[in-house]
Amino acid sequence: MANKEQFLVKAEPYYQVQGQEVALYEAAYHARLPVMVKGPTGCGKSRFVEYMAWKLGRPLITVACNEDMTASDLVGRYLLDANGTRWLDGPLTTAARIGAICYLDEIVEARQDTTVVIHPLTDHRRTLPLDKKGELIEAHADFQLVISYNPGYQSLMKDLKQSTKQRFTAFDFDYPEATLEAQIVARETGIDQTVAAQLVKVAQTARNLKGHGLDEGVSTRLIVYAATLIGKGVTPRDACRMAMVRPITDDADIRATLDHAIDATFA
Amino acid sequence: MPTGIRPVTDARQRQMAHPQVQAWWQALDCGFAPVADVFEECLYEALSSFDKAQIEAYIGAARFIGKLGRGPEPLLAFLEEWPAVAMAASGDQEPLLPQVMGAIRAMQKSPNSAAITPFLQTLAAVARRLQSAEQIELYIDIALNLMARTSGSIHGHHTTFASPGLPAFFEQAPRLLGLLSTAGLRNWTEFGIRNHGSHPERQVEYFALKSADSRAVLQRERHGTLFADVERTLDLYLRALWRDSELLVPYSTAFDELRRPVPYYDKLGMRVPDVFDDAHGPRGAVSGLDRYRAVLAHMVGHRRWSTAQIADNWSPFQRMAVEFFEDCRIETLLIREYPGLRRIFLALHPQPRQDACDPETTSCLRHRLAMLSRALLDPAHGYTDPVLLAFVQRFHELLSAGESGTAEIAALALAYVTQTRRPSDQLATIHFDDTVIDYRDDNRQLWKFIEEGDEEEAFDAERKLEPGEALRGLPPRRYPEWDDASQTYRPDWVSVYEALHASGSAADIDRLLQKHAALAKHLKRLLDLLKPQDKVRIRHQEEGSDLDLDVAIGSLIDFKSGATPDPRINMSHRTDGRDISVLLLLDLSESLNEKVAGAGSATGQTVLELSQEAVSLLAWAIDCLGDPCAIAGFHSNTRHEVRYQHIKGFSERWDDVVKARLAAMSAGWSTRMGAALRHAGHYLEARRADKKILLLLTDGEPADVDVTEPGHLRADARKAVEELSARGVDTFCLSLDPKADDYVRSIFGKRHLVLDRVEQLPERLPLLYMALTR
Ligand SMILES: Nc1ncnc2c1ncn2[C@@H]1O[C@H](COP(=O)(O)OP(=O)(O)OP(=O)(O)O)[C@@H](O)[C@H]1O
Ligand SMILES: [Mg+2]
Repeated sequence: MANKEQFLVKAEPYYQVQGQEVALYEAAYHARLPVMVKGPTGCGKSRFVEYMAWKLGRPLITVACNEDMTASDLVGRYLLDANGTRWLDGPLTTAARIGAICYLDEIVEARQDTTVVIHPLTDHRRTLPLDKKGELIEAHADFQLVISYNPGYQSLMKDLKQSTKQRFTAFDFDYPEATLEAQIVARETGIDQTVAAQLVKVAQTARNLKGHGLDEGVSTRLIVYAATLIGKGVTPRDACRMAMVRPITDDADIRATLDHAIDATFA
Repeated sequence: MPTGIRPVTDARQRQMAHPQVQAWWQALDCGFAPVADVFEECLYEALSSFDKAQIEAYIGAARFIGKLGRGPEPLLAFLEEWPAVAMAASGDQEPLLPQVMGAIRAMQKSPNSAAITPFLQTLAAVARRLQSAEQIELYIDIALNLMARTSGSIHGHHTTFASPGLPAFFEQAPRLLGLLSTAGLRNWTEFGIRNHGSHPERQVEYFALKSADSRAVLQRERHGTLFADVERTLDLYLRALWRDSELLVPYSTAFDELRRPVPYYDKLGMRVPDVFDDAHGPRGAVSGLDRYRAVLAHMVGHRRWSTAQIADNWSPFQRMAVEFFEDCRIETLLIREYPGLRRIFLALHPQPRQDACDPETTSCLRHRLAMLSRALLDPAHGYTDPVLLAFVQRFHELLSAGESGTAEIAALALAYVTQTRRPSDQLATIHFDDTVIDYRDDNRQLWKFIEEGDEEEAFDAERKLEPGEALRGLPPRRYPEWDDASQTYRPDWVSVYEALHASGSAADIDRLLQKHAALAKHLKRLLDLLKPQDKVRIRHQEEGSDLDLDVAIGSLIDFKSGATPDPRINMSHRTDGRDISVLLLLDLSESLNEKVAGAGSATGQTVLELSQEAVSLLAWAIDCLGDPCAIAGFHSNTRHEVRYQHIKGFSERWDDVVKARLAAMSAGWSTRMGAALRHAGHYLEARRADKKILLLLTDGEPADVDVTEPGHLRADARKAVEELSARGVDTFCLSLDPKADDYVRSIFGKRHLVLDRVEQLPERLPLLYMALTR
């Protein structure tokens, strides 16, 4: 069985509390209710889960889901070795065995037939059947399932099934309110508070274009990148263009507009 | 030629005051009294810029013009305008005079002598725009080229007709050159010659700037930043920086020279000029795009922070002051949001000289307010007037605490008017220089009138819908057409009108389907094969979702017996989905009414009826597959009327409503294919689908009654197909014209099929679709 020490979050992650979320999460964990963290990309969902795992002292196993992922990637599969075939647990199985928090990041990216394997773990059964191995695992008492879900940009094809959604309690995350976000950026990167506020301002102009040519606005993560570049001596204008505008769009009109917003903000 | 009312000899014997002028008058040898009336004045004017030798040349040229037999007009025009022309072209008439005289001779020799007067009448205005002898020569070249190519060209050799467009061209030249560079003028002229060379009335309309295409080409060739080119960027600007959005409506600046329109906004949108040149002020340059942004930002400021004031009790001066103060207040707040705006505002805001206005003779209120406005925005304004400085300080104090408000700032404005009032403010001469701030709107939203103002009412009434307007259908959508010869688009050339197709009886279509029941059954089997299969197994994968036991055991045996095992022992699954949108576009031109020849002739069916059957079967088949599908028909009657008729929309089901429209399908008119393709394409483009297919069913080549050049519409259709393919729409053509091989490839490339036995259509069309989407 996997060593659970290796999955513990060693140091306290920096997490800026925004509201009641910490207490609410603790309550959900104590009841072992599955949790869904919703929100746009790069708004602090992963950071929050990491922080909670640390706070609760639980091991954390994170799986970044993608569309090529199959149920076997979660549950486990037979491998071939010198003695024949050998079973290898997948991350979900490991988490269920050792009593970790299993965080399935961007679960919608996975195909729907993959998603259903989590169902028995998320209701009163708290079991995980390993069909191919003919084994039924009872989840460890400390096990909890957390998924993240970005309702924004996926196509209609990729929405989560109702039967999946209705197995979770949910947190709605969004980009933090401007002053808080500037504080996060300053704290993460050590840059000046006013520059951080200007970066947030530019990011907000891009967020206003969501649904009007942009699928997603500029994430907190990208603001942190821009701030990091500024910390390395890059001018704010260049840093904004490089970390906040170029990555999100190839549309010339939008680029021109955001570039203008940068110039208008950093006068 | 007209003889003057006064006897000819009278004018020749007129006495001029100055003996030298008298000598020149005699040299002119002119019998026109109106010329005699102004001659002395003209000469004094000329003397201020010409030396004696130049005057002699001037008189020599005038004498020639006086004897053309065109009456006094050309001579008057020349005498009056020429010194100004020479002045504008750097004071030297030398290089220019022979050019101009050459042009006059050319017009006189051809049947275009009537154009000489307008040529000379507008020459000075043209010269003022062009400012150099070379540029004026270019202008003359363009005119002579126009003349050569539009005079008497109808029957070949002899130039016996005057150019219909030339006089209009000269009349419009100053306005044209106000908007166009000479290169732009050349293109605009070229377009007129090419497209209206052989049609006198249209040619005149074109060169008189009366026709829509003429204005459209003018717009295209204009210098500066065109609204049409930046509309989307401005839209994004409003949303991104201001979280605002509004319909932007351009007004024309080209045709309204007297009353320069000013930006404004109302319930119906924000009105902005259709073009902005870059601005080059002493405080730096501002691009046309940034000028638009400044206009929009200013309006946004009013929308956010201004509240309308009751205007009735205030004098016009007080209102003007309130407007200046309020404009500055909102701009201060705008700059707070985006500090970069200050540079743009200051570069566009005039900076009046402190002593530019004389309060003894002129009303200086505007001048005072413009300076104040500058000072309120520009910390480095440099003005020294103590009253101004005091008000600047009071303004900033009001704003230091927050946003202040319209009422509070209005009170400050009134105090300012009271404190700076001068009797001369009432004078009729108003100092205007450097007081117009052209990115600011007209502030109509700042005022409300308790006495229901007539202005307001008139303003609303203007926009009422005319009765019956809604019934007349949608306004046309205009599309360009490709002109292969010049390799340019003719902008806004074709008008496409949309309508819902009329309805007939759905039962007719059901009957047709019934008739093809056997075929339908056959198709159904094929369709089932095409339907999205839920899962497809992919074997021999190195990584996969499942162990493929058979393969794995084989590998294991290989391994154990010392051979190299195949590592691809897994398998995976793939869901096989279709994500296709298809639009079926039907050519509904007259030729469809022809009876089918050959084997089908026994039944006496028309191509139209066969198409109906085929389309019904196809629509049914596509419905079975579940692909979103739209159906539309088109035909045309010149470029001014292309009709595009909806039969089925993407979201409509294949039901009786749709069948009824299909049943009423009828044919007439011609086939302007390019416009119809573009229009159909724009619907497909808006679809979200992996594959977008435009399937065109036609029985002939593109043609229309107003097009004589062979191949023109063909080239345009090819261009349309290229445009669509660049935007992710695949076009495929099924042609029923047995002679189509000659041209259909040149339009659609490989993407076509010629069906030579038309009676097979009902069977082939659905099969074709299946093959295309397999
Ligand atoms: N509340 C917060 N406290 C501290 N850091 C934060 C917070 N919110 C966002 N961040 C910063 O934003 C970055 C991105 O956050 P995170 O990786 O958690 O995003 P996410 O929502 O999980 O994104 P994705 O959906 O793309 O996985 C973090 O690395 C951190 O720097
Ligand atoms: Mg994350």
